[in-house]
Amino acid sequence: MIPLTHFIVLGAILFCLSMAGIFLNRKNVIILLMSIELMLLSVNLNFVAFSRFLADPAGQVFVFFILTVAAAEAAIGLAILVVLFRRRQTINVADLDTTKG
Amino acid sequence: MFVQIVFYFLAAVLVGAAVMVITARNPVHAALFLVLAFFTSAGIWLLLEAEFLAIVLVLVYVGAVMVLFLFVVMMLDINLAPLREGFIRYLPVGAAVAAIVVVELALVIGVSDFGLESMPAPPAHPADYSNTRELGKLLYTVYVYPFELAGAILLVAIIAAIALTMRRRTGVKTQNPSRQVEVRREDRIRIVQMPAEPRERVDRS
Repeated sequence: MIPLTHFIVLGAILFCLSMAGIFLNRKNVIILLMSIELMLLSVNLNFVAFSRFLADPAGQVFVFFILTVAAAEAAIGLAILVVLFRRRQTINVADLDTTKG
Repeated sequence: MFVQIVFYFLAAVLVGAAVMVITARNPVHAALFLVLAFFTSAGIWLLLEAEFLAIVLVLVYVGAVMVLFLFVVMMLDINLAPLREGFIRYLPVGAAVAAIVVVELALVIGVSDFGLESMPAPPAHPADYSNTRELGKLLYTVYVYPFELAGAILLVAIIAAIALTMRRRTGVKTQNPSRQVEVRREDRIRIVQMPAEPRERVDRS
């Protein structure tokens, strides 16, 4: 059998990769949103693994809710992105400094 | 043994796809690699006997959310060159931070705490076990209020997305039903009082 550690370490690697993605692609909002999706996926992997090894289906219910909220977040984020591009003709984060104090 | 091979293969594909997502030059390629990552995660969730969630991940994420991403990426005409600047500059810092956090997390969740000795894997469920049934039982009894709340969140997301992206164009002839309904008789017709006149005789000679 595969120990629980391997699942958790896989989730940790995914989480850190998406964190590095946020570091590297700090100009591109689309890649930032994708990195956030990847981060949520790694968290879901942890939930599912613990749900299996503790024999408690409640963890899968939490994954269900995380999926719901992540879908809503992606929809609203992309809508904001579309509006932003329509107004400014760019999605570069460095150009979005009109509210800078 | 077969399960181990499948798991490590899927894990390797998943990590590779994640690396490609964050390093791909083209956002379309990044989205497609994210689709690959979701598919392989669904496979790993199948190994963990979360069949319903695996199917939901493929249907909802690959089928809806990633298609939405692809639509947006292809709809926007993005100049990619300025978005890549700083990638090389931040590469050492990002890689270092990620490596440090991975090592720290691996130390915390070491084999001593979550290994097979301290946390043995439960036996596989029998063939007539239905993951969907168990999840549904829990979702509609214990977690029914969060479930309703999740539905409300989705509704809010729908309305917000539509309200954000809807725009009124100028110079387009459209009907406004509320203006049509509130029209009164005086706005449309004008009754002219005029005295009756004798009809003019037409000379047909």
